[in-house]
Amino acid sequence: MRYLPLTDRDRGEMLEAIGVDSIDALFADVPPAARLDGLVDLPRAMGEIEVERAISGMAARNVAAGSVPFFIGGGAYRHHIPAAVDHLIQRGEFLTSYTPYQPEVSQGTLQYLFEFQTQVALLTAMAVANASLYDGATACAEAVMMANRLTRRRKAVLSGGLHPHYREVCETYARFVGFELAALDPAPGGAEDLGKRVGRDTSCVVVQNPDFFGEIRDYSDLARNCHDVGALLVVVVTEVLSLGAIIPPGEMGADIVAAEGQSLGNALNFGGPHLGLFASRDKFVRQMPGRLAGQTVDADGRRGWVLTLSTREQHIRREKATSNICTNSGLCALAFTIHLALLGDAGLTRLAHLNHAAAVALAERLECIRGVRLVNRAFFNEFTLRLPRPAAAVVETLAEEGVLAGIPVSRFYPNRPELEDVLVVAATEMVTAEDMDRLEMELREALS
Amino acid sequence: MSDWSQAASARPAEDRGADELAVPLETITGNRGLQIEEKLIFEQGSRGRCGVDLADPLPFRPRLGGLERQGPIGLPGLSEPQVIRHFTRLSQKNYAIDSGLYPLGSCTMKHNPRLNEKLARLPGFADIHPLQPASTIPGALALIDTLAHWLKTLTGLPAIALSPGAGAHGELCGIMSIRAALEARGERRSRVLVPESAHGTNPATAAACGYNVDSVPGNPQGRVDLGTLKTKLDTDVAALMLTNPNTCGLFENEILEIAAAVHTAGAFFYCDGANFNAIVGRVRPADLGIDCMHLNLHKTFSTPHGGGGPGSGPVALAASLAPYAPLPWLVHGPDGLELVEHKKGKAQQAIGRLKGFHGQMGMFVRALAYMMSHGADGVRQVAEDAVLNANYLRVRLESDLSLSFPGPCMHEVLFDDRFLKETGITTLDFAKALIDEGYHPMTMYFPLVVHGALLIEPTETESKASLDQFAGVLKALVAKARLGDEARFHAAPRWTPRRRLDETAAARKPVLRWNPEPMDQQAEK
Repeated sequence: MRYLPLTDRDRGEMLEAIGVDSIDALFADVPPAARLDGLVDLPRAMGEIEVERAISGMAARNVAAGSVPFFIGGGAYRHHIPAAVDHLIQRGEFLTSYTPYQPEVSQGTLQYLFEFQTQVALLTAMAVANASLYDGATACAEAVMMANRLTRRRKAVLSGGLHPHYREVCETYARFVGFELAALDPAPGGAEDLGKRVGRDTSCVVVQNPDFFGEIRDYSDLARNCHDVGALLVVVVTEVLSLGAIIPPGEMGADIVAAEGQSLGNALNFGGPHLGLFASRDKFVRQMPGRLAGQTVDADGRRGWVLTLSTREQHIRREKATSNICTNSGLCALAFTIHLALLGDAGLTRLAHLNHAAAVALAERLECIRGVRLVNRAFFNEFTLRLPRPAAAVVETLAEEGVLAGIPVSRFYPNRPELEDVLVVAATEMVTAEDMDRLEMELREALS
Repeated sequence: MSDWSQAASARPAEDRGADELAVPLETITGNRGLQIEEKLIFEQGSRGRCGVDLADPLPFRPRLGGLERQGPIGLPGLSEPQVIRHFTRLSQKNYAIDSGLYPLGSCTMKHNPRLNEKLARLPGFADIHPLQPASTIPGALALIDTLAHWLKTLTGLPAIALSPGAGAHGELCGIMSIRAALEARGERRSRVLVPESAHGTNPATAAACGYNVDSVPGNPQGRVDLGTLKTKLDTDVAALMLTNPNTCGLFENEILEIAAAVHTAGAFFYCDGANFNAIVGRVRPADLGIDCMHLNLHKTFSTPHGGGGPGSGPVALAASLAPYAPLPWLVHGPDGLELVEHKKGKAQQAIGRLKGFHGQMGMFVRALAYMMSHGADGVRQVAEDAVLNANYLRVRLESDLSLSFPGPCMHEVLFDDRFLKETGITTLDFAKALIDEGYHPMTMYFPLVVHGALLIEPTETESKASLDQFAGVLKALVAKARLGDEARFHAAPRWTPRRRLDETAAARKPVLRWNPEPMDQQAEK
């Protein structure tokens, strides 16, 4: 076995040094009834060639996004990842290190986490950000729980424009952690009067911007409504690239931002691993979940970095921790940091404009198709169409023609006939003019 | 003689001239040869510079509804060579399993095969979207199903929940499933039993799910005290959360009695699978009476830790808990594999969704490649070699360090700080001195059940020569400690990019991000 350095001779010598006859003696504490004498019923070891062949064979059965005209978003976006990103994150010193609990030999990880936290804070226009959570959906649930702790209230209001998976994760946590949710119905393109739903028992209102249907809104008034009654505003961002183009949550008065960072530096990966971003006001930092890298000095007075405020965390605080999270998305955060370092202000802004331009061009073409209606007033790189027939069947038809057209919203809301004709379409910088031609042509055909 | 001692004896200090010894350690730059000081990216940027060349958008009429972002964001402008150099330099300040033995107990820092990295990056896995039509992703579903089959076979448990993002998330999944199962029985229990030696995530998880945490003491043999456990077990206990092998590196030899007692009380037996590496392929958790166990794919199944993640924490479930597994489910339907994304049919009682989309696919590919490479024979060998390596270190070191519990250990060996008594040196000092010798320290001060714990987990991917060398260094350090060479330990580490960092100052006045210097301070310069 290529990964195991011990030879049979080594094993023999080591058993002798230990003073036992066989390896079985070292497993003597296992009750005899629970010992497996033989091998489990699985295939035997395979060489690198065979493993590669078997697993590549499975990969080959999937339609890769890059091989077809591709327009799916909904919280995971296909963007270009500069070659430098993957090269750097595969450096063994990053890839194969542990959580930086020994700061003297982890300054590389700690410094990039500090840079990551700064980038996230700047992008969202918030005071502080943590060193990442699992993904946007769990970050959203953590934000609600943090708001509950801060306000000592236990009822959150969720916008109908919140990504349905984020809402469902919040519902699961609410049931078992013990808090209440008031989730509004999804209303593509429509306005909701969230201000009316905020009361003195509300811990927070959760909105998404752009929302699940791609609509961009100004939540400044809602923030004021919340603050008037002591509630917090949580803003969710599932397309972090949008922050290169639109007013960030911090400037709208958000108290906590929970976001998905996959768009920068990270591949689609069939939905995971992704990257939870989490930012808040400065005064809330001691109620934050997850790790934080902080600046300090070493014994010689030189600047360095450590994990800090650990008394919030499970390994110190145990049952009194702010969250049970331990492992987070460190390497995905590194990919994000590198990609954003390459982009800078100028690159991020331009990339965001390329996305918006592609989406506008596509939306204006598709809304000209007979029976198709664009529901958005303002959008970034994703928009919503009403089709003259059920969207799921149309998407299937187009997939058969080799075009991945978007997300039929009925996949999330199978029991809402009023959403049956709703299709959410994304266009990023990866979409070419030919891709748009294909989508327009195939959609026309399918609807004719 | 091992290499380190030869290198050290090649040129003893007493042979060197006095002048040479008097040369100060400081350099003009602060750099030390290959250790280069590196500023933050924010201190290196220039406006107008960019590391990505992007086309101009064609002219268009923006539709952002008047919500355009105003003013600069504040991100630095860097070219590609600057970015490559920056992160390369940062990487060189990290210790990693690629560069040396990483004996962190309970963390299973084993070799991360590069084949797994290659396969996870295949476009058929990395470049597929979680919301593509099912007809376009049969290979992805087949891979997940194959992974589930391997994990079910290795645990002996009939169901796998794949979505949890890491071990702690798997714990949440398990305890939520248990609560759902109890509620379905019409029972509302209020306590979860957690041994003193447990990882911090266990009590944090139980508390997050609304349970009171009831701590169970250990016995003098480093295991759960069965008698006390039985007195605590009543109809108010929802579950026992036990790590096995436990964090003292010991197999819970009364585990069948523990399981029986838990079940007699109508409670569930949750196992923290962080230490599965010790028994994989040799013991099936189901045969131990376990109802539910998370698997850290980033430990036992070699997916890289990546400086703290991403991980993956699938949960193996007994038939009694399977109906409550979180969404999505992957089931064999009439038309092949099918993703069930809603509470309906057999999934009516599912606890709901725990995470966006379908789980950590990138980790699934790596873990399956690892398991297929090893096979049924190889994984068994993994457990045996992991246990053999730990026991070898135990016998090499037990006369120098103080072994906390006698007798064979499993995949990790626990020492405490009695050997440092009256030396004026602490476990922390000892660990930091190990850094100067080129090793990442073992886990320190955990588990909490012994004083000044040093928990060593070598894993199966270390050679005998590597273990001999490591043991030799530890023995030599113990000798130095006993000879009263306190300064070496208190000053350590001295050869790292930074010496000991002031964690108290960091927490007292947190600086959690870079900020530009205020204008008035810049003007003073």
